[in-house]
Amino acid sequence: MLSLGSAGGKSTKPSFVSYVTPEEINITDIDASRREKHPNLLPGEVVFCSASPILKSSQEDASQRGISGTLFCTNFRISFITDEVSSEEVAVLFKNKLYGENDIPLTFVDLIYAGYDEKKKLITRGQVKNKYPPKIIIHCKDLRVFQFSLTFAKEEEARKIFQGIVHHSLEPKSLKCIFAFSYCENTSSSPEIQRKQRTVMFNTAADWTEEMMRTKGNCKLVTDNENFGISQKLAQFFIVPSFVSEEDLPKCQGRGIPIWCWTHHSGCALFKTASLPLTEDDSESQALKSYMERMLNAVAQNHLYSVKTEELSETLPSIQDIQQSYNKFKQFFLIDGTTEFWLSDVKWFSSLENSGWLDIIRQCLHKSVEIVECLEKENTNVLIMEEEGSDLCCVISSLVQLMLDPYYRTLTGFQSLVQKEWVAGGHNFLDRCNHLHHKEKELQSPVFLLFLECVWQLLQQHGPAFQFTETYLTVLSDSVHVAVFSTFLFSSPFQRVTTMKAGSPQTQRGPLNFPTVWDWSLQFNCKAQDLFTNPLYSESPKQNKAMRRPFHAKHQRQLSLPNTTYKPSPKKGFFKEETENLKKMLRGKRISRWMQSTEFIQASTREFYESWSRRPLDYHGLILPCLDGPAIRLWMQRYLRWIPEVQIFGGGPVALLNKLADLLGEVQELRAQLDLQACHTDLTHQRAVSLPRTSARPTNAFPFASSRTWGLRPTIPTCLLQRLMITGNLANADDEVTEAFADVV
Amino acid sequence: LHAAVTVHAECRGAGALGPGSHSLLENENKPHPCCSGTLGKDGSCLPRVPKGNEFHREMEKTGSIESLESKPSASRQPSVDSLASSSTSKSDRSSLNRPPDGVSTSAEVSLDRALGNSNKLTEEEPLLLPQEAIQDMTKEVTYICPFVGAIRGTLFVTNYRLFFKCTDRDPGIVLNLPLGVISRVEKIGGGSNRGEVSYGLVCKDVRNLRFAHKAQEGSLKKSIFEVLMKFAFPVSHGMEIFAFQYGQIFPESGWKVYDPLTEYRRQSPGENPGESVEFRAQGRIPVLSWIHPESQATVTRCSQPLVGVNGKRCKDDEKYLQAIMDANAQSHKLFIFDARPSVNAAANKARRSSLSHRPWLSLSPNPPGLPLGSFSPHEMTKLVFLDIHNIHVMRESFRKLKELVYPNIEDSRWLSNLESTHWLEHIKLILAGALRIADKVESGKTSVVVHCSDGWDRTAQLTSLSMLMLDAHYRTLQGFQELVEKEWLSFGHRFQLRVGHGDRNHSDADRSPIFLQFIDCVWQMTRQFPTAFEFNEYFLITILDHLYSCLFGTFLCNSEQQRVKEELPKKTASLWSYINNQTEEFTNPMYVNYSNHVLFPVEPLHQRHRELLAKRAELQRRVEELQREVTSRSATSPEKPGSPVCPAPPVHACV
Repeated sequence: MLSLGSAGGKSTKPSFVSYVTPEEINITDIDASRREKHPNLLPGEVVFCSASPILKSSQEDASQRGISGTLFCTNFRISFITDEVSSEEVAVLFKNKLYGENDIPLTFVDLIYAGYDEKKKLITRGQVKNKYPPKIIIHCKDLRVFQFSLTFAKEEEARKIFQGIVHHSLEPKSLKCIFAFSYCENTSSSPEIQRKQRTVMFNTAADWTEEMMRTKGNCKLVTDNENFGISQKLAQFFIVPSFVSEEDLPKCQGRGIPIWCWTHHSGCALFKTASLPLTEDDSESQALKSYMERMLNAVAQNHLYSVKTEELSETLPSIQDIQQSYNKFKQFFLIDGTTEFWLSDVKWFSSLENSGWLDIIRQCLHKSVEIVECLEKENTNVLIMEEEGSDLCCVISSLVQLMLDPYYRTLTGFQSLVQKEWVAGGHNFLDRCNHLHHKEKELQSPVFLLFLECVWQLLQQHGPAFQFTETYLTVLSDSVHVAVFSTFLFSSPFQRVTTMKAGSPQTQRGPLNFPTVWDWSLQFNCKAQDLFTNPLYSESPKQNKAMRRPFHAKHQRQLSLPNTTYKPSPKKGFFKEETENLKKMLRGKRISRWMQSTEFIQASTREFYESWSRRPLDYHGLILPCLDGPAIRLWMQRYLRWIPEVQIFGGGPVALLNKLADLLGEVQELRAQLDLQACHTDLTHQRAVSLPRTSARPTNAFPFASSRTWGLRPTIPTCLLQRLMITGNLANADDEVTEAFADVV
Repeated sequence: LHAAVTVHAECRGAGALGPGSHSLLENENKPHPCCSGTLGKDGSCLPRVPKGNEFHREMEKTGSIESLESKPSASRQPSVDSLASSSTSKSDRSSLNRPPDGVSTSAEVSLDRALGNSNKLTEEEPLLLPQEAIQDMTKEVTYICPFVGAIRGTLFVTNYRLFFKCTDRDPGIVLNLPLGVISRVEKIGGGSNRGEVSYGLVCKDVRNLRFAHKAQEGSLKKSIFEVLMKFAFPVSHGMEIFAFQYGQIFPESGWKVYDPLTEYRRQSPGENPGESVEFRAQGRIPVLSWIHPESQATVTRCSQPLVGVNGKRCKDDEKYLQAIMDANAQSHKLFIFDARPSVNAAANKARRSSLSHRPWLSLSPNPPGLPLGSFSPHEMTKLVFLDIHNIHVMRESFRKLKELVYPNIEDSRWLSNLESTHWLEHIKLILAGALRIADKVESGKTSVVVHCSDGWDRTAQLTSLSMLMLDAHYRTLQGFQELVEKEWLSFGHRFQLRVGHGDRNHSDADRSPIFLQFIDCVWQMTRQFPTAFEFNEYFLITILDHLYSCLFGTFLCNSEQQRVKEELPKKTASLWSYINNQTEEFTNPMYVNYSNHVLFPVEPLHQRHRELLAKRAELQRRVEELQREVTSRSATSPEKPGSPVCPAPPVHACV
């Protein structure tokens, strides 16, 4: 049992048969009630093993209370089905169709701990023997924490489910074992759906041409890579400066080729590239040098004979740094119980800061602002480089475009941006997300999440500029780990194309048709998808102009001004001076780099930010993030949504959203009334309210955590923490008071 | 009743002070240093947008200005440059929004003047308030701005404010600072540099300002800063605080917002106050603050018992507490919340035993140190310590916070630096304490008695915050004013002592930002419940501005008795007069119980809400018009309804 690699192939129908031992079949047959509580399997999903009764401890309190039920392990998820008749069939507004509240897709599993009475032990793969711990604690990548107690299940079942879970969610596997393959073999392909949504996929030459026309770029489209003749890392189609010669293209396996990202309305453009390898060989390095010269020259000739190059690895943290920092950071949200929560509370701020995650976000935003400055203020072409050209290059280039181009701040625009920069841009999702549980951990890094974090910072600073909401970003950050979508599954365009073309050898059905993540209807119904769009998005630029006025004064905010004056570093500044002289004079190259001291950069960026912030704020123009310490915030919705202690009943942003929904409803109703009156018909009109009214009070974790397991008694943090921790909650506090009094006596 | 419905949510929210609220705070924008000087690089004086979750800025005053400027309606309203306390001056841009003088009515103009809002920027001099007079003026003064460096300009000192106008940059940077904000004036250095003397002004609102000017050697003329010192600390110089001279008359007086009898009737309609609160007759303290509308559970406040080490007891006082307990039929318990950490309480008990000069302090029967049974036949009194630190700790914490945020914030160390001030930790403890009190009253249906050492600092914070949680009335604009009047002013928070109005003794150990801390707590609640409060952030900032400005009489003196003696209501204007005469400025557009007005919000996000509200108003109007038309039409010619009616032009709403 627990065979790998055969999950999707052996049978196309969901079935137990191939995977469980005869005894288990008997049990399942006999135990009819359990059968009923079978999870609703997705197409292509098969159950590997199950166990009952399993006790799921509620995350809310450290007490031994729990819900009993059955735990399943399938080729897609770990699923817990409760025995208890769910008394309150609350219509969950925000229900994911692929996995439910008690489901953990296998690719969501971050860490598994074996829980013993007092301590917990991290489980690493290959370590699992025949024993199993009394408790299994699962930390998920979407920051949920599950605790399952195995003590009451039959020994055999418990052992198997434990091994199954550990095996399927920790052991390395091959790409074909990813659930998406099994899923899409069992779903009818519907290619037309994708055309309906206007997300540009950037997988055809036409998409690229259109994009270039939209931004009025004057570069040239390269189609030579359609069969990956130039490089397997590059997309089938891409755009390079017109002056890049055809002969140069295949020279370095795609490295060094300036790939066009976006053209500014002034004509200058942003390019990205993978750095050239370093060689010892003199002649070779000479050749590479002149190759790079030619490339830079080509970029420079795109506009005004100017180019700035930026090696991102010199100033930004490496992907390993990013991974390490995130590992520290996420610990503060993966909380096992109330006790741990209040303990972490004491040093909350400094712990967050020490993880360095917020600082990395700031650095990325800062770098992006610098590049925006070059494009917007100096109108120079910019070439960003990085070893692979598909990690931080993607972060920075997408952020730059998001700040400069309002199109990308719409929902479809944003999705197109992700397609362009990340999917076609060849970001190695497979290894960065470690979908296959490979041993090489250093390839893993939450680079895409970092990008979403940066977007969130922009979003919360300039809400009305974005058509999408933070809920959308949170869902997107979760979806990265749902192994159903092709979007985040592959390591390179080559792998994507070849894998999908090859199809499934077993079924011979021709090219596979994976769904993309942008088909949101696969995950959410329309009502839930409504939460993705920002009701306060300022839609039409024209109207925006009218409302600029009030913003005028308001937006003239200030940053703390730099206290150091501009000091170009003497040893590195010569290049800049040189370029100053050459400006617009010769047909020479104007190549400069950010070589000045960081002080200078800071000052210059601040100045740029300030001069921008003094202009009227135009939500359809350039937006820049404020980078002050207090302005970079914690993405509360994503990180704190499952922690009951921080839920504010009846408060939080959702309270505003509710009020807003009321207002929108009223406006719509009034408009309908107006129409009616004008037409003089007696039709009763229906009231349009975008948020459903439920009796349950939504909390600030809306729309994620449901509040029904919660009483309304407040949790109280005080210095009496220790005592509170013992007594549990306030209800018992009366006794504690007596004790306290006795102490004093 | 409404209170009963909402309290849970409130409790929970306020209770959620863990990482959640932390992160809320953590997200706080720092008080922007520039607020104070607000000097743009280009020399323009630019106000800053109040950004999201930030409150410490409260002390910096600029919030007020900006919000003001952002309002297109600024022209209609007397502008709120309030407050004069806002140091930041208005930039010329702001005044561009204003209509020419001719447009405003005379009343408005006078109000404008009253508020020091100048719209003639061509003038060098500040526009003065009634009874305000320029006392001194010096040209060629250098303002050493921490953000843009040295700026030359002209400095005026009036009996109310410091006014600096830059002359060497364009557009002019203006500093407009009520002298009440100044905590101390220091002469810095010996005037070595080019014969300049330099002065530093330490302000109560976080800022530190530095000026320098040429030493006038041999001249008998005093430095302008010596003049300034005299007017900044009138009390120390035997003069009157400016509020007594300021003669502005408002259409509606704010001195009447709180009337104890009316307030009592609001809480228990149909009852005669004399009956159930007989203990009031016994000597004013403990005092009833609030009665639960259903359970009759009460919030009562008092000071610490003067029991002494050997546990003195007082029969009368015991009767009191018995009466409090008896008044609430639903619970046989009485909770006594002591705001202090238990250690301090024990220490105080010993120390205070010899102090008998506070005869009005009532003795509590249930001191730490007496067995429970010795007091009550019901043995049902329980004592809880809330671990809130004293005014000295708070003052120190605030000092650290000040250092942290002004003039520059170290971005990469912001969070840990913030944590090390412990300011938010104190805020959390106070909110948590108030929450426990509210929870006992609401969920436990139990009466509570709240006290600390003196009964006017932590006690006031706790009772007023718990009442804010319990009773929706206090979350309205009017109700909040009543709350401040009742819990803070009439129950004797010693504003004069804590703030030190007009007193140059800046190191007085009795000074402490207790009221500011309370406002910060309220602000935290408004962040967590953005729709539960009728007032907005700007309202809170305005209150704090005038806590220091000495423009209004509201926060002067130490007690009700002194205020009556000084005839404050007669001689000064109330801050509430000013606020209640332009409530739109201070109203939260997203307040849920108050949705039928077009309101003017402060925050940028609210711009869209505001558009919506305006759109709705427009649509409503149009519907009404049409309805009227239809009725009149149907009255005359019911046969052909609608056909000749010109369809309304399409309404473009971006919703």
